[in-house]
Amino acid sequence: MLARPGTAGSAPMTADAFLALDGLTKRYADHVAVDALSLDVAQGEFISLLGPSGCGKTTTLQMIAGFVDPSGGAINLEGRDLVRVKPAQRGLGIVFQSYALFPHMTAAENVAFGLEMQKVPKAERQARVSEALALVGLSALSDRYPRRMSGGQQQRVALARALVIKPRILLLDEPLSNLDAKLREEMQIELRQLQRSLGTTTILVTHDQHEAMALSDRIVVMNAGKVEQIGRPQDVYERPATPFVANFLGKTNVFEANITREGDDVKADVGGVRCPCPRHVADSAGPVMLTVRPEKISFADQGLACRISSRVFQGTHWLFIGETPSGTATIVCQNDGVAKPEEGDAVHLAWRPEDVALRASGGGR
Amino acid sequence: MSAVVHMAPRREGAPSWLAPFLMLLPAMLLILGVVLVPLAMTALLSFHSFSSSSGISTDMSLANWAEIVADPYYMEMFLRTFRISGVVTLACCLIGAPEAYIIHRMQAPWKGIFLVITLGPLLISVVARTLGWALLFGGRNGVVNKALMDLGILSEPIPFMFTEGGVMVALTHVMMPFMVLSVWAVLQRLDPRSENAAASLGASQFTILSRIVLPQVLPGILSGAIIVFALSASSFATPAIVGGRRLKVAATLAYDEFLNTLNWPLGAAVAVLLLIAIAAIVIGCNALVEKRYSRMFQ
Repeated sequence: MLARPGTAGSAPMTADAFLALDGLTKRYADHVAVDALSLDVAQGEFISLLGPSGCGKTTTLQMIAGFVDPSGGAINLEGRDLVRVKPAQRGLGIVFQSYALFPHMTAAENVAFGLEMQKVPKAERQARVSEALALVGLSALSDRYPRRMSGGQQQRVALARALVIKPRILLLDEPLSNLDAKLREEMQIELRQLQRSLGTTTILVTHDQHEAMALSDRIVVMNAGKVEQIGRPQDVYERPATPFVANFLGKTNVFEANITREGDDVKADVGGVRCPCPRHVADSAGPVMLTVRPEKISFADQGLACRISSRVFQGTHWLFIGETPSGTATIVCQNDGVAKPEEGDAVHLAWRPEDVALRASGGGR
Repeated sequence: MSAVVHMAPRREGAPSWLAPFLMLLPAMLLILGVVLVPLAMTALLSFHSFSSSSGISTDMSLANWAEIVADPYYMEMFLRTFRISGVVTLACCLIGAPEAYIIHRMQAPWKGIFLVITLGPLLISVVARTLGWALLFGGRNGVVNKALMDLGILSEPIPFMFTEGGVMVALTHVMMPFMVLSVWAVLQRLDPRSENAAASLGASQFTILSRIVLPQVLPGILSGAIIVFALSASSFATPAIVGGRRLKVAATLAYDEFLNTLNWPLGAAVAVLLLIAIAAIVIGCNALVEKRYSRMFQ
């Protein structure tokens, strides 16, 4: 499952795909919200749909859930067409951004609702409800109404309510975005462990790149209704397929460079400094844009000349902004106790050739 | 309050605890003058006696109250008042609540248009709206009755004027906006995703309405019911026009005693009894609602 650059309606349908989206499209009167999205999800996989607001990720989730009718394309779950199935019959668990708990029911009643709909006998229902509440660590609050709970607790009830029906797929619509930063991080770890232990196939919609990278097996990066890249978090981060992905997932430096070839020897000329670069990225010579992640740049005795214009202490690491002949550079280095350059210092920047990506000049940011 | 007092220059001999009372004084005087004093005078008046030869005498007795309680003629009118109010309240619940929900679920332009159509009648006088009903169904000359009879569909006009049914229909029409407004306010706070959540858990449309939407909207229906009941029981214009002198309710009875029979003490007793009855019912219902829902919505 490697990066598949610029997929647009060309995904091969694998026979063993648990959930297969094929050319899924949603058109509104004045715009296309989702444009021919194709994606195969394996059983037990954790997939994130990542993108800025309005990129179509939530619409995609709503189409899988059945709340929005697709304009075209197919959704197959275990080989069965899902589009014609009513939301109530799809058997999917959904956690909404607003949690959408039933305010007139206690936590236990909320969790029991789905089992009641399945006509599960009362004794079994109670056992499964307390099991689900224990799973999210809320056994003590089972008789409490949602209004009397904190955001994190409501979030757990919503999760328990979605999981108790043993859903075929768990759909999470920005479930952590209403929590504060610390709680969000805790919930990410918990959610990850829970998903791993239950093995529930999960699709998460988020605009938070850290959340997507922390949780997912694979990330689907979306922009303006189209898939930009599908791949493992490391791959998407290290080898972004498009400038959009490079910029959306974390900060990146873009330097103007010039490629020169001398036989097998390929060099990139950045600001008058020649640095080696990986052969596979440069099939042509001439002006290109060279991108490198801030944390992959180190300070060295020689390399690209840079004057530090500001430095910011961020606890676990330092953030430097500097001016180079080829453009502004952002550098991140670990707070490892070693003395760091001061503001105004003249330094040299270096990076390893394998950490560099090249793209055609004027390829846009 | 105290902050304001400290900033203002302190006057000699004006203790700070007095300030809130001084600030409230104008409003309190107004309420005292236009509500409490007339009410107390009306209550006092109900204990005086009246004779057609000597008019009102300022003695104190329970004669008027005894007459109302003992005479089935008066009891019938009170029963009719609350029967009409009860049916009107029920009709407003059954029609107004679904109406509010349907409008709530409408798309953008229609939502606003239908809300204005529903609430618009509030801008028109109750008298004009009730006279509209009289114009349509008033005896042989009512527009609808005349048309139906001319077409040969009916041989007799639909009995509307001077009937309890007619008063109920006209009052339901007059009171409907209050119910729709009350339910609407609650619907605005409803998370639309909770219906989706219920659907994803396997609930049918009927189950969603009965188990998810209705319980959340119930406080709005109940407060709307209290408003509609109180306004219906004390309404004067609609029963006066549709019911007339033949079909009197408590409010028109009090009016008649004051202005036609000139038996002010008896009219006062009727008015005070009506006030007490409505207040008791409304306060009782409200306490019930508060008790039931305080745990959920606070």
